[in-house]
Amino acid sequence: MSRFMRGGEDKAVNKDGRSKIRALVVDDSMVNRTIHHKLLQNLGIENQVVGNGKEAVDAHSSGNYFDLILMDMDMPVMNGIEATRRLRAMGVRSLIAGVTTRSLEQEKQEFMEAGLDDYQEKPLTAAKLVSIIHKINQSSSTPR
Amino acid sequence: MDVGQMQRRLLDYTKSLFMEKGVLDGQFLQLQQLQDESNPDFVVEVVSLFFEDSERLLNDLTRALDQPNVDFKTVDSHVHQWKGSSSSIGASRVKNGCIAFRNFCEEQNIEACLRCLQQVKQEYYLVKNKLETLFRMEQQIVAAGGSIPVLELSF
Repeated sequence: MSRFMRGGEDKAVNKDGRSKIRALVVDDSMVNRTIHHKLLQNLGIENQVVGNGKEAVDAHSSGNYFDLILMDMDMPVMNGIEATRRLRAMGVRSLIAGVTTRSLEQEKQEFMEAGLDDYQEKPLTAAKLVSIIHKINQSSSTPR
Repeated sequence: MDVGQMQRRLLDYTKSLFMEKGVLDGQFLQLQQLQDESNPDFVVEVVSLFFEDSERLLNDLTRALDQPNVDFKTVDSHVHQWKGSSSSIGASRVKNGCIAFRNFCEEQNIEACLRCLQQVKQEYYLVKNKLETLFRMEQQIVAAGGSIPVLELSF
């Protein structure tokens, strides 16, 4: 079974052997967008950043695809729960990881039920990110 | 003071920021580990964003709590944001202040919220002051031709 691998230049490759996993960071906080962007970049992951759920949905126009979406929960315009539902309804099969400071089981449950593949409490660290990335290939082979 | 003395002073000062009831936690070390040659000012950039965020949130909270009919949902939303950004840079006492603040928002206790605002404001200015001192010390070392020593801490 193919798994997440690291390429020869210590760059991430996905299961199809394409170099550079592509990721989308969705967070209304510029502090978090900057940190998550750098965390991904340091792992060799090409990534874009947007500031709310609507921008995340719009980023998928014209057939854009991301292997990984890091989704904050609380955002203006469209929150993470609504954005995740919309993306799944659009047929987006990317690994979507909820990344939020919310810790109550009920809040986590609602977010998971919207269509997440993983959930991590902020602050995000390199170790948490690697554990998310290891699920990319596993998640994409799981039917929805 | 020679470069070696400056570096030792910096290490001692940095350690003091993490000591018991210190202003920073391990998340700040995560930020330092992200800094590299391609982004040598990463920590200063992120912390500057945190300062800008915090000033804005402080103003928003002061205004929100000054309304004749306080909208606790709005207050809570601002505190939640502040909790998030402070947690992301490792400003643990600001984060903990925000956690207490949110509890009082839930209770809709205006007096307690006002006290919390003052508390978080004090913690914020304390960590701001300490981080600005840290960055100044680093700049002095670099200006003297030295390199910034790496602090090894385990959490």
